[in-house]
Amino acid sequence: MIKAFRETCDLLGYELLLLAQAVVRLPHLWRRRVAALDQLFSAGVGVVHVILFVGLFAGMILTLQTGVELARFGQQDQIGTIVSLSMAREMGPFITGIILAATSGSALAAELGTMKVSDELAALEILSVDRVDFLVMPRVVALAIACPLLTVLCDAVGICGGALVSSSQLGVETQLYFDSAVEALKTPDSFLTLPKDVYTGLFKSFVFGLIIASVACSCGIRTSGGAVGVGGSTRRAVRDSIVLIIVSNYFLTYFFYSFLPDLG
Amino acid sequence: MTTASAKKGAEGRATRSDVLIRFSKVVKVLGGRRVLDGLDLEVRRGEALVVMGPSGTGKSVTLRHVVGLMQADSGTVEVDGHDMATIGGRELSELRRRIGYLFQDGALINWLDVGENVALPLRENTKLSDSEIRERVAQRLELVRLPGIESKMPSELSGGMRKRVGLARALVTDPEIILYDEPNAGLDPQTSQAINTIIRDLQDRLDITSVVVTHLLSCVRTVADRCVLLDKGSIVVDLPKDEFLRSDDARLREFLGKDPD
Repeated sequence: MIKAFRETCDLLGYELLLLAQAVVRLPHLWRRRVAALDQLFSAGVGVVHVILFVGLFAGMILTLQTGVELARFGQQDQIGTIVSLSMAREMGPFITGIILAATSGSALAAELGTMKVSDELAALEILSVDRVDFLVMPRVVALAIACPLLTVLCDAVGICGGALVSSSQLGVETQLYFDSAVEALKTPDSFLTLPKDVYTGLFKSFVFGLIIASVACSCGIRTSGGAVGVGGSTRRAVRDSIVLIIVSNYFLTYFFYSFLPDLG
Repeated sequence: MTTASAKKGAEGRATRSDVLIRFSKVVKVLGGRRVLDGLDLEVRRGEALVVMGPSGTGKSVTLRHVVGLMQADSGTVEVDGHDMATIGGRELSELRRRIGYLFQDGALINWLDVGENVALPLRENTKLSDSEIRERVAQRLELVRLPGIESKMPSELSGGMRKRVGLARALVTDPEIILYDEPNAGLDPQTSQAINTIIRDLQDRLDITSVVVTHLLSCVRTVADRCVLLDKGSIVVDLPKDEFLRSDDARLREFLGKDPD
């Protein structure tokens, strides 16, 4: 038990250190732009279809589950408000984070793990190539950008999925649904042009992107033991990313409700 | 070193300044096993030393100590007067730039093509122009007899080609020392001999210091100036090539009896 706790603390410390090292190297981003764009493409474009499907059905399920209860009180007209707020604040960032952890995070851990066991990381070290600069920083940047972008997509298709179900199952007109969805996300007095519900959700997903990248890179770099070790690192990367996404999600939500109370 | 042959190898030791790499009573424990057990070894400037020994006796571990990928648990490893236990940061980077390392399967970066792989240390650590880098990459590929394959990806190469590209990458910074970790492993006899010839050719043309870890006697015949036999983490035979090949040391004969050559 104590050993497991110590190992977890050690890994968390390494992940934070790696993230800090990547942030320190951000001024070199222009030099690594091709690698970062490659990663952005594989992490982002490669999972768009999954985000579309899962986001659409998540919105549909949310609408059906909530709409049935609202209909009992004759309040089904409010479904657009509920779905849009739920998707923007919670469901969109969370779904995107989980999908990215399971797809891009696992791929990233496997890639770096394979590089470790095939001596490519050792080769970089001997060649005096800074592996954080060369490998980690572009991946952290790519996931920190990809996650919010995919969240916007997930939010949008989720709300559209809700529109499909609300018109076909709940008898709510599509126009009314979208009017209430847009109204709920409006913040006319905000100094930012984006509604607060959207940008706090995007901030969450930005943090999730950082978590996925730093956990996956840490697990990959610390791989040992050949193919079995790569498998273990991949599993650990997905597991730890999901746990950290859920834990950080709570604290971020608590922060937003405590310090931005007009969201409540 | 306890045997007569090992003592003979120590006779006529070079002066301290001639020694480029020195292991003194080095102990390394991995997974509870003493992989290096009081290893004493000197590599002289300009020589080609071949390290032989059964699997698991610490040959690759020895090489990894030279470039600081591993640290000794006790004893000292010195490379050109630098103690590898205390060297760090910029000094270590600069020392590593003087050392080329050929990994068993080349350790090429999979998403970079051959040209980019060979150019990597120059792009990362020098301010050479693109044209200078391209020229030097082409020269090194020529040196390892693989001209014009810059645009190929590592996945398109055979095992022997990957090793030779790895060697070109190791050579591109004009190192003074090259460490070869099993350069013949997994290759057919013809390709294996071609690699041996390239290593010897480089040794003669570039006046470098080479340390080659191998299982194969053919490599000893072609490459070596001096050979050592490592057994259970320490040197048991240390002789010039010709004497090594003729030696009747029981451990050497037992080991060479299993030689696939």
